[in-house]
Amino acid sequence: MTAAIPSPVSLSLDRLAIGTKALVAGIDWAMLDAGDAARLRNFGFDEGVAVEPLHLGPFGRDPIAIRVGRMTVAIRRKHAGAIHVTPLT
Amino acid sequence: MNPLPLIAVAGSPNAGKSALFNALTGARQKVGNYPGVTVERHSGRLMLADGRPVELVDLPGAYSLEPSSPDEAVTRDVLLGQQKGERQPDALLIVVDASNLDNHLRFALQLIELGLPTIVALNMVDLAKRDGLELDPARLEQELGVPVIETVAVRRRGIAELNTALDDMLSNPRCGVHQHVKDDLLNLQRRARDIAAAAVVSETPVRRWTHRLDSVLLHPVAGPIILAALMFVMFQAVFAWSEVPKAWIGDAMAWLASQASAALPAGPLRSLVVDGAIAGVGAVITFLPQILILFFFILLLEGTGYMVRAAFLMDKLMHRTGLSGRAFIPLLSSFACAVPGIMATRTIDDPKDRLTTILVAPLMTCSARLPVYTLIIAAFIPNTNVGLGIGLQGLVMFGLYVCGIAGALLAALALRRGVLKGGGGGFMMELPKYQWPLLKDVLIGLLTRIEIFLKRAGTIILGTTIVLWALASFPQAGPGQKQSDVSIAGHIADGIHTVVAPIGFNKDISLALLPAMAAREVAVAAIGTVYSLDATSDEGQQSLEQRLAGRWPLPTALAFLAWFVFAPQCISTIAVTRRETNGWKWPLFMIAYLFVLAYVAAGLTYWTAVALGL
Repeated sequence: MTAAIPSPVSLSLDRLAIGTKALVAGIDWAMLDAGDAARLRNFGFDEGVAVEPLHLGPFGRDPIAIRVGRMTVAIRRKHAGAIHVTPLT
Repeated sequence: MNPLPLIAVAGSPNAGKSALFNALTGARQKVGNYPGVTVERHSGRLMLADGRPVELVDLPGAYSLEPSSPDEAVTRDVLLGQQKGERQPDALLIVVDASNLDNHLRFALQLIELGLPTIVALNMVDLAKRDGLELDPARLEQELGVPVIETVAVRRRGIAELNTALDDMLSNPRCGVHQHVKDDLLNLQRRARDIAAAAVVSETPVRRWTHRLDSVLLHPVAGPIILAALMFVMFQAVFAWSEVPKAWIGDAMAWLASQASAALPAGPLRSLVVDGAIAGVGAVITFLPQILILFFFILLLEGTGYMVRAAFLMDKLMHRTGLSGRAFIPLLSSFACAVPGIMATRTIDDPKDRLTTILVAPLMTCSARLPVYTLIIAAFIPNTNVGLGIGLQGLVMFGLYVCGIAGALLAALALRRGVLKGGGGGFMMELPKYQWPLLKDVLIGLLTRIEIFLKRAGTIILGTTIVLWALASFPQAGPGQKQSDVSIAGHIADGIHTVVAPIGFNKDISLALLPAMAAREVAVAAIGTVYSLDATSDEGQQSLEQRLAGRWPLPTALAFLAWFVFAPQCISTIAVTRRETNGWKWPLFMIAYLFVLAYVAAGLTYWTAVALGL
């Protein structure tokens, strides 16, 4: 099934499996309100940055703890949905 | 006289900024407030190597000069020289976490662009090394164009070097290579990453310790269980560990009362000292150990970095009631006291999330309710075992906490459906490294609490107790009359009584409610004062619990407990709410809805208990 997906594979960060390293391919800033967007930028989310989902919240798999650069941050699933990533193999 | 040179300490959250500030200034610190905003100003004095004093101000942590909270706005305004009540700093000390350079350098670059004389403290280099990160400070210095000093604030490493560097900088001010280009954040971020990459000599995977701990503490099953267990241990400890010191304080107060009785001639003065001051304030001071234990746990959870994890675990559940995981920390702090809890809501970005949290914070069972709960439970609930080593008294106490939490969640739900509809901000927070907090920092926190509590006991509580004593003592009762019937306080209580009689409150309670507006624990002091004035000779030897048990029917006692779960009886909370919401609208709303809740809850409890024939 994975063979059918064209390369480079891009998916939203909320669908990236725990422990999978990826690079941010792009961020859909229009999906975020100004405050949330500013905070994501402050955490260092940007094209080309290495990310890795580390932990999921116990209820409804939300929020998600994500390593970004050398920091770990927690964001909600809906915000992770605005971040597109390319998994590293 | 010229003011001392002012050095601002700035940096991103979790850079170890306050620890460095503590290491530089030691005990010579002042905590104040910036005018017009409720942001604390921490300043201290530092002696430079040549003996010159300078003033250091510890600015709130910020990720950039584009603020997303009132705290970050203060940081920006001070740095730009636009903050009321603060002169523009003469120099800057930027603190960055050595193991998080690519993020922290962005803010550092923004600050260096300001063009002030600047030094960068490359902090927590030991932890970076432990995580396998080897850095080249000389390269960093070259890239940034300002001096870079390696420090480990919590071990006082690099403090002397930093002191010398600050001395040099103030003696011959030189500026960084500022280009006066207002770079946008993304460009700064990219430059920060390039510089960080250049300064790294070698690196291996990050934060193995923190990651390993998180895989247990944030585990979907184990995580919530550990959180619940921690909360349970915390509240058990509040009661179990406090027994002995409480008894000491009680004995000390009894000794003081007997000494005062012996030293003073019988009459109004002895009555004022023994029945008013010692009985009233003593009843409250007994609870100092419990309050300290609770704060000790909260400081420990905050200092280790676990609090943020608790917020992570609870976010989804809290989101369902219309709060965010960020509200978990303020609400947990409110178990100690709603005032710091409400102040901690400043970290919540969304205004409606924040307001909801402020409005429900007083429903968390604060430590000031403990005196009331403990007294009533000891007097009315038998100390029996309900099995498995669980005592009935403890169970009732636990039930009261649960009532408060349930009330808060329901109130949040109602507020979010009603007056505070809409909004619904995000939940984004950094999960910092775990670290073992310095005992010194925890002790400083506890000492501040003791000071605040004793000041309250010495001012508000002593004051209201003395006024109440006067109102309850005059005019004096004649033979055959009860003091609480003829006194001024008795007549005021008659008025309140007509309102609260339907929910089962007697005149003694009516008498205690008014002074308890100042602070809940005054209710205990007030009842203590009244009964000590009313005491007949054979009652004189009885404890307050025994006197209560003899005078109040059980439904009344239960209604009294239910009342205190909800009633907004705390002037400090109302004042801080007014300050934090910039007006009287929300504090008045809070008082109104909480009194209605308290009245209804007490009424339902009383009527149910009477119907059940208790």
